[in-house]
Amino acid sequence: MRKAVTVHMDTSMESAPVAHLVSLANQFRSRVYFEMDTKKVNAKSIMGMMSLVLLPGTIVTVDAEGDDEEKAVESIENFLSK
Amino acid sequence: MEMGADLSKIAKRLGLENFTPEIDLSKCVVKTADINRPALQLNGFYEHFEAGRIQLIGMVEWAYLDKKTPEERTEALRELVIHEVPCVIFCRSFRPSEASIALAREYGIPFLGTDRGTSGFMAELIYMLNYELAPTTSIHGVLVDVYGEGLLITGESGIGKSEAALELIRRGHRLVADDVVEIRKINDNTLIGTSPAVTKYLIELRGIGIIDVKSLFGVECVKDSQEIDFVIKLEDWHRETEYDRLGLKDEYMDILGNQVVCHSLPIRPGRNLAVICETAAVNHRQKKMGYNAAEELYRRVQINLKGEE
Repeated sequence: MRKAVTVHMDTSMESAPVAHLVSLANQFRSRVYFEMDTKKVNAKSIMGMMSLVLLPGTIVTVDAEGDDEEKAVESIENFLSK
Repeated sequence: MEMGADLSKIAKRLGLENFTPEIDLSKCVVKTADINRPALQLNGFYEHFEAGRIQLIGMVEWAYLDKKTPEERTEALRELVIHEVPCVIFCRSFRPSEASIALAREYGIPFLGTDRGTSGFMAELIYMLNYELAPTTSIHGVLVDVYGEGLLITGESGIGKSEAALELIRRGHRLVADDVVEIRKINDNTLIGTSPAVTKYLIELRGIGIIDVKSLFGVECVKDSQEIDFVIKLEDWHRETEYDRLGLKDEYMDILGNQVVCHSLPIRPGRNLAVICETAAVNHRQKKMGYNAAEELYRRVQINLKGEE
């Protein structure tokens, strides 16, 4: 399941929210990827997510694959939009 | 976003002299890795002319221009810059006249210079352009230089890629990138991997956190870029899956259209990953050098069979 999500949180570039995002992605069994420009990183890895520049307003494609993919995309979308 | 190579970066790395400093080179983008020596164009022949190429003035072009009157020379160069070429580079320390530099300014085409010979310079320029314009992708994995072989370790999150890399580093091998590997396709046989600037020299270890390999273990443990020679895919051990037992037939993984040898490696307690990776690396190297242990086994079996007959 793929979905384009706009980042809204204004602290998105700091490390603590990224760490939260990664631990959130780790709660699901599905593989979760973030796609931005030519980059595709594993949302379950802190280093990968840190290398993305998630500024407010940027659009990322959340790509989840597995039995709980819908729940994963939904919670990540909620997290990024708050 | 359109792909292009930043001219200011190229000029800086090749140490080019800028005859037109008024023009901002960082705004100039080169979109093709081909180069043109414009001898025919200076003579007025513009059929099949590719204006997107960098124009190199070497001995032939210079000698030809030298035979002309200053007016004819300016006209010939004007015809060239009118086609909006990305830039004109003068080799062998040739210096364009004030009139031609004024022309370059007028049309906003950078004129650059180098003291090097044309052919050697051209080879380096093409190589650099190919690198800058190469298709790129990023892959979730770890890239380590093991005995000079570029080993890309991939696999699910948490399967132990970083741990395997750390053990390899402690055994004297070098880390290129952990977690995100940025890959450039230089040509149909060559893939070069680097680390994104943010995570360079860093490894994430579950339970410990981020560690800086370069400052902890020293410069000998890291490397900035490395050609990717083969891939090891770490997997959970499945009883049903057939794993390669002989290594007679290679499996491949597609990266940017290039086929890279890929070994699927099942994880199981008691398997020392670092030693397996090292062995895979030397074995890969031995195969490149023309010896294949699996083929040798096959050959011996054949001899045995013949002996029985």
